[in-house]
Amino acid sequence: MKKKQGDAATRVDPDGPATNRRRFLKHGAALAATATVAPSARAQNLAGQPWERVYGAAFIGYGQPSRFEQPVVRHMRRAYGELAPGSGSALAPIESLEGIITPSGLHNNRSHSGTPEIDPKQHQLLLHGLVQRPLQFSMEALWSYPMTTRIHFVECSGNSAAALAPQPAQVPAGAMHGNVACSEWTGIPLAMLLEEASLLPQAKWLLAEGADSAHMSRSVPIEKALDDAMIALYQNGERLRPEQGYPVRLLLPGWEGNMNVKWLRRIKVTEEPTYTKDETSKYTDLQPDGRALQFTFEMGVKSVITRPSSTMTLPRHGFYEISGIAWSGAGRIRHVEVSTDGGATWAEAALTGEERPKALVRFRLPWEWTGQAAVLQSRATDEKGRVQPARKAWLAQYSSANLYHNHSIVSWAVGTDGSVKNVYA
Amino acid sequence: MSTPSRIALVASLALAACASQPAVKGKAPAFGAPANPEEIARYDISIPPSGAGLPKGSGTAREGAKVYEQRCQACHGAKGAGKPADALAGGQGSLASRTPLRTVGSYWPYATTLFDYVRRAMPITAPLSLSDDEVYAVSAYVLYLNGIVGEDVAMNAQSLPQVKMPNRDGFVSDWPPRAHN
Repeated sequence: MKKKQGDAATRVDPDGPATNRRRFLKHGAALAATATVAPSARAQNLAGQPWERVYGAAFIGYGQPSRFEQPVVRHMRRAYGELAPGSGSALAPIESLEGIITPSGLHNNRSHSGTPEIDPKQHQLLLHGLVQRPLQFSMEALWSYPMTTRIHFVECSGNSAAALAPQPAQVPAGAMHGNVACSEWTGIPLAMLLEEASLLPQAKWLLAEGADSAHMSRSVPIEKALDDAMIALYQNGERLRPEQGYPVRLLLPGWEGNMNVKWLRRIKVTEEPTYTKDETSKYTDLQPDGRALQFTFEMGVKSVITRPSSTMTLPRHGFYEISGIAWSGAGRIRHVEVSTDGGATWAEAALTGEERPKALVRFRLPWEWTGQAAVLQSRATDEKGRVQPARKAWLAQYSSANLYHNHSIVSWAVGTDGSVKNVYA
Repeated sequence: MSTPSRIALVASLALAACASQPAVKGKAPAFGAPANPEEIARYDISIPPSGAGLPKGSGTAREGAKVYEQRCQACHGAKGAGKPADALAGGQGSLASRTPLRTVGSYWPYATTLFDYVRRAMPITAPLSLSDDEVYAVSAYVLYLNGIVGEDVAMNAQSLPQVKMPNRDGFVSDWPPRAHN
């Protein structure tokens, strides 16, 4: 290749990056030596932090957050400790995040038997049961279909179970309410694959099964499969993260996270539900009379203030922006109200992203803190007119042992000292 | 390459030769390959309450006790008492109390689910490692611990779906959805 004129730093180097880097380091060292030998008196007086006086870091293949953001990590809830370190949840640190999209590396992760390492060249999706043409799809085949892109939240049905403890835990908001995240998902409408296989008339349910070592499986009504269900292949522009089901997961917008089967290996079309372990012994909602609600798929309308929130401290009086997230499995968020007096009075918050159904919405409200004690709450209403319930009203519906679908109002108490605490109000 | 794939490929090659035509209209792409029954059978491990798909084999609680002690007890405790993993026995009659204990005996509506889950996911460190006889036997043992079957009653493809679980009628379906907030 004939070299063209141009700046050495921007030109494509036919000798490869290593040679280029060596050449540059040599060049840079020469520059540094020049600066040390002949410092300019004028330059010494100019403003400039240490990082403004040295050459910056080289390009890297996959970018990472600033090292000053290293404390922003997921909250682990490992149900069985070291016995099964990949069983349980890693919750999104919602108290540290802003906007609507959750970074892929901080997406909530609920897994039953750890994260499998799947070779996409070996992985197959099988589609069989009550269909005219049983089919199998290689990943190459799946990647060849026309795609659709949508933004949706995924929330574990056990999110906010930690807020059902007898005493309110003093932990960050994400450690209780962070089993939810929102991504841009790209994939194939499930209806397209079902049409290719051609459903038989008696097809009423699907059984979706993962290729993890739990072979996590759930039954899904055919109505949802033909509505907005997606065979998701990409998350936030890149192929799914392993923790989110690489190379392929089921996405059921607005429905409990457990049904959004990761590492999808099989779909069996059936006439009845299969009554798997995770739709009988788990993910059923025990009521006070001892009977349990089953197939409670849709996630309720919900919101939580993320800033300020539990374990934070307000360092001064004056202006704060109250910021939080709201969502509904039934559709769009219509409005979010915020109270600073424990629900006595409410003010309408400004929304971002409310045009999208089944996606996180950011709400914000300016607030002047005068130094008095306050109880901060948020209350969301969705386009179906459903209103986020008060804690007591929600609790009354269930057995004290129920862990699922807690979408009740969250309260943060601000003390006169500026401390923010989790309270049950 | 499957026939549908071949047709799609031919169609796309035809399109490439005719640059003015932007896309196929009215026909969805089809890239799935036919799945043969033998391949499906190797993957189809889900067992509904009818018992359809249960494999050959058989096992009793007496046989299952040995399997349980070797493969299950470290996590689920002696006689299914639980800790560190879920309790498998006890709790019958507790569901409406202030301290409900949900176990296979007190809560699970179908015995077929027990076979299904043990076979697909247990033991947690070595799933798919038990023989079908062992899965039947250890399922029988867990049912026996809950007083649901006798110690020498064989569980198999015929008998397992016939087992009536104590909480069989303890669930209320929410699909299609009821009106709720």
